[in-house]
Amino acid sequence: MSDRAIPVLTVVAGIVALWYAASVWMNATWVFDQAERAGTVVTWAEVVPQTMAQDRPLLPPPHQVAAQLWQGITGQAVTSKRSLVYHGFVTFRGTMLGFGLGIVLGVSLAMAIVRFRVMELSVMPWAIISQTIPIVALAPMILTLSNQLGIDSREVPKAIISAYLSFFPVLVSMVTGLRSPDRIQIDLLATYGASPGQVFWKLRLPASMPYFFASLKVAVAAALIGTIVGELPTGAIEGLGARMLIGSQFGEPLIMWAALFAAAILAGLLILAVGLVERMARARMGVAP
Amino acid sequence: MKDTLTTAQPVIEAKGLQLVFQTRDGPVHALKDVNLTINRGDFVSFIGPSGCGKTTFLRAIAALEHPTGGSLTVNGLTPDEARRKRAYGYVFQAAGLYPWRTIAGNIKLPLEIMGFAKDEQEARVARVLDLVELSGFANKFPWQLSGGMQQRASIARALAFDAEILLMDEPFGALDEIVRDRLNEELLKLWARTGKTIGFVTHSIPEAVYLSTRIVVMSPRPGRITDVIDSPLPRERPLDIRDSKDFIEIAHRVREGLRAGHADE
Repeated sequence: MSDRAIPVLTVVAGIVALWYAASVWMNATWVFDQAERAGTVVTWAEVVPQTMAQDRPLLPPPHQVAAQLWQGITGQAVTSKRSLVYHGFVTFRGTMLGFGLGIVLGVSLAMAIVRFRVMELSVMPWAIISQTIPIVALAPMILTLSNQLGIDSREVPKAIISAYLSFFPVLVSMVTGLRSPDRIQIDLLATYGASPGQVFWKLRLPASMPYFFASLKVAVAAALIGTIVGELPTGAIEGLGARMLIGSQFGEPLIMWAALFAAAILAGLLILAVGLVERMARARMGVAP
Repeated sequence: MKDTLTTAQPVIEAKGLQLVFQTRDGPVHALKDVNLTINRGDFVSFIGPSGCGKTTFLRAIAALEHPTGGSLTVNGLTPDEARRKRAYGYVFQAAGLYPWRTIAGNIKLPLEIMGFAKDEQEARVARVLDLVELSGFANKFPWQLSGGMQQRASIARALAFDAEILLMDEPFGALDEIVRDRLNEELLKLWARTGKTIGFVTHSIPEAVYLSTRIVVMSPRPGRITDVIDSPLPRERPLDIRDSKDFIEIAHRVREGLRAGHADE
């Protein structure tokens, strides 16, 4: 275990050190400006402590972000509008909705593409093009459109944006996975006179499972990004994306950074959960350890 | 079994069989004018260099390839009809076990597709596992078995639905000599016990001579039969029969046949 921990901790320590150095450098400007206005001269020994505890630092140092994050998580009831747990849950709910929608869309498109050649020619290029459009440009359009259609819930456009990003890795992996059985495995079923449906259920689908689970890790991360982007446009009041926007618009970098880290923690937990599901599925399918 | 030996019943009949593959480089004559009759209970080996059409012929019998001329019947039916009547089990070059199914699960695969009842499936799995001496391995996954055991499991899978004909395409080609000898011996025992008709593709002369009642020598470009040898060896064959005079004579004739096929070019 320590074999794996040491390299990871070394990198983390390096990042934290670099971050502190950057905080001092970026926040020092404000300290020097203040001193100049007051007509006093400050030495570096006086500057450094002052860069560590500003209310609106350009780059908040790690301990300030950690404190704000801790405050946001434990400082109030989890149902409070100020709680990061509350906003995190809103984002989590949106992510799961988009993730589920993305899986359904990705898997069904892959099934159609593998079954009908015309689908590959007609759908695949559009699926690829869809991913070249920046989602931040598309998100407001989806929001306005769903508003026009009379959908009041914010959850629906958020889930669509999230699914728009997460269906793609599932689609690509599933097309590869459904085509992964080799000649012998396919011929074998032919000698039994198996129907196309049986070939799908008994061979193609189970053979595609390792590809499916590998794609889920990418898809869940994409779903989270999609949800946060969906929360960014003006008017958003809930979710980590909205918190980030509020922090940035009201000049509260600490709020923004705390929300950013809350999103990172959520991403980590989601990937861990998907990894766990994958491990369980692999054990059930008898994969060699 | 005895009476079928005296009155030969044809099971597989090929008359003037042609099979041409259309490729980008033009037509390839995989099989040209192949005439052959295989009788019930025969153990027929197909031997020849690569490209002689031996595998293609076996696949045509199994309706995995479709002849472009001549006639081919299995039990008097077309290969497609025979397949629907579960006339044959096919054993491929690689075991082709599904890695996500246990050994028992793999053997159940054809039974599930053919719609056998659950308890019937269990009974059949137990019986064929016993037949290939893998009884203790029902719940193991394929990666937990050696290559030889995997191939035995794939033979069990082909036997599970009681097909009269067993078609085997170089089933032991990827295994080492020692394992191959053992499996050859076991295959002969299995054949004696079950009375199946076996079509067996190989490129090993000793394997062909040791196993077969008839040896079909083939040669390439176009794929055709150059010699058919009826083996005078008894049906019961210990491994050391390979040192007998008869065995060496047949092996010699097979080698001559293969050489003659090459000299035509």
